[in-house]
Amino acid sequence: MTKIATREAYGQALVTLGAENPDVVVLDADLAKSTKTLAFKKHFPHRFFDLGIAEANMIGTAAGLATAGKIPFCSTFAVFATGRAYDQIRQSVAYPNLHVIIAATHAGITVGEDGASHQSVEDLALMRAMPNMTVFVPADAVETAGAVRAAVACDGPVYIRLGRSGVPVLHGDDFELVPGKAVEMRRGLDATIIACGLMVAQALEAAEQLAAEGIDVGVLNVHTLKPLDVQAIVNAAQRTGAIVTAEEHSIIGGLGSAVAETLAEHYPVPMLRVGLRDVFGESGKPDELLRKYGLTAEDIANAVQSLI
Amino acid sequence: MDMDQAVAELAEKARVIRRHIIAMLGEAGSGHPGGSLSAADIVTALYFREMRLDPSRPDWPERDRFVLSKGHAAPVLYAALAERGYFPVEELGTLRKLGSRLQGHPDMKKLPGVEMSTGSLGQGLAVANGMALAARLDGRDYRVYALLGDGELQEGQVWEAAMAAAHYALENLVAIVDYNGLQIDGPVSEVMAPEPVPDKWRAFGWHVLEIDGHDMRQILAAFAEARHTRGQPTAIIARTVKGKGVSFMENEVDWHGVAPKGEQIAQALEELA
Repeated sequence: MTKIATREAYGQALVTLGAENPDVVVLDADLAKSTKTLAFKKHFPHRFFDLGIAEANMIGTAAGLATAGKIPFCSTFAVFATGRAYDQIRQSVAYPNLHVIIAATHAGITVGEDGASHQSVEDLALMRAMPNMTVFVPADAVETAGAVRAAVACDGPVYIRLGRSGVPVLHGDDFELVPGKAVEMRRGLDATIIACGLMVAQALEAAEQLAAEGIDVGVLNVHTLKPLDVQAIVNAAQRTGAIVTAEEHSIIGGLGSAVAETLAEHYPVPMLRVGLRDVFGESGKPDELLRKYGLTAEDIANAVQSLI
Repeated sequence: MDMDQAVAELAEKARVIRRHIIAMLGEAGSGHPGGSLSAADIVTALYFREMRLDPSRPDWPERDRFVLSKGHAAPVLYAALAERGYFPVEELGTLRKLGSRLQGHPDMKKLPGVEMSTGSLGQGLAVANGMALAARLDGRDYRVYALLGDGELQEGQVWEAAMAAAHYALENLVAIVDYNGLQIDGPVSEVMAPEPVPDKWRAFGWHVLEIDGHDMRQILAAFAEARHTRGQPTAIIARTVKGKGVSFMENEVDWHGVAPKGEQIAQALEELA
C-alpha cells in the first residue's frame, strides 16, 4: 500500500492552493524543509515568510496579515506551534476569531528519534479547548488535501495536525472531506473503533484481525475533532454498544476525551481509550515507539476484546 | 492651518480625552488610569492629525492602522475613537460593564475602530508587522502604528517582532514606546531594567527618535520624520509621565491599575477643566 506522510501531502496541497488563491500566504519558523512549506516558497517566494526561530512572532504576524484579508498558513512542529505560541494563538488569533490556519507537522510520537522534546502528545487537548478553533486530524494524504481546502473555506482559526512519517493512503482521489462529518470506514456490529490521524489505518488493521476471529467491528474516522460529529458517535454507540478510541495523543483532552464526553452525555456505553497514558514519548523508530506505547493494531484489537 | 493652531487644538483634544479617561474609569470602578493618561497626547496626535482614517468606514482598506499593544490603556483608545466619531461619546460610560462593547481590554470584534484585540502584553508589534506586510503585498500605502509600554518591553516577543520588522524593512511601520518608567510592581528600572532602550531598538535595526511624549510639536515632528524614513521601521521612544495631567496620579506607581473614586474623580476633573 502506498505510504505518504501527511506533511508531504500538505506541501503539495499548498502549491495547488497558492496557484488558485492569491490571498494565501505561508509562514514558517525555520522548518520549511521539514514541514514541506518549501515547495510553496519555491513557487510563490513573495508570499512566503520565514520568521526564523520565533514561533510567537510567526503567529502574531499571521494575525496581522489576516486582519487585512490574507489567508495565512503557519507551519512548524506541532509541539512548538501549540506550546511555544499558545498565548499568541489565544490572544491574537482565536479570541479575535481571525482566519489563521495553523498547519502543524511532526505531531505525536512518530516524530521518532528526536525524542520527547519534539513529540507533541497534548496539542489536540490545547487546540480543542480553544474557543473558535476548528481542529482537523487528517488520516492520510487525501484527507490532508481536503483539510487544507476546507480550512480555507472555514471562518476563524483552524488547526491541522500533520505527521512526519508515511501513512497508508486510505481514500480514493474522489474523496471529499466535509468538515465535522466523520467517515464510516467500515461498518460492524460488535463494537466501533473511533480513530483519528494515523491511528485510522491501525484501526482498520485491527478490524481485519478481529474479523478473522469472528468479531465484527466498525471503524469511524473522525478527521474533524472540532466540531465533533456527535451524531455519528452516538449512532455508533447505539448500533454496536461498545466503543474503543484510538489516537496518537494523550488520552487526556484529545479524541478519547471528546468521545467519552459525548457518550457520557448522550448515550453511555462501555468504552476504552487507546492512546498515550499521561506520559511523554522518547527517542526511537516510529514503529518501535508505537509498539512501546501501545498504539498498534494489536493494542486496539486487544482493547476491543477486553470490552466485549 | 498653521502649526501653532494645530498644536493648540490637539492639546485641547488631549485634555478632553483625559477627562473622558477619568470619567469612564470612575464610572467603571476599575481599570488603568496611569498608562492611559501617559499615552493621551500620543494617541490624540495619531487620531486627530497623523492617521488617515474614515470613521464612517472602519473597514476602509486604505486606512492607517493603530495597534494598542499595551491593551490595558484601552480607555485612551476608546476616548479617542468616540471623540473621532466611531461610536457615541455617551457609550464611554459603559466601560467594563456587562454587555458593553467597551471591554476591559480592546476587542476588535465588538467595537468599530479597534484594529486588534489586545491585553496579553508583548503581542501587538508582531500583529502590526503582519499588517505592514499585507500593505506591501497589496501595494497599498497605508501606515501602521503600534503603541507599546516600557514594561511591555520585558516580553520576549517584542524583540522577535522588532527583529522581523527590520529584517523586512517595514518603513510603513512605527512603534511608539510610552516610556513612563513605571509598571505594576514598581519602577521598570527596578523590576527589570530595559535600559538602554533607544540603543536596543537601534541595535535591532530601527530608525530611533527620542521625544518628550507630552510635547505635541515633538510628537508631530517624530511622526513626520517616520513618514520620510526609508528602508527601516521607526521607533519613537516617548518619555512620558504616568498619570500625566492629574497631580496626585503623576509618577505614582499605585495609579497603574486603580480607578479614582468620589472626591478623587472630582479633583482630577477639576485639574483637567
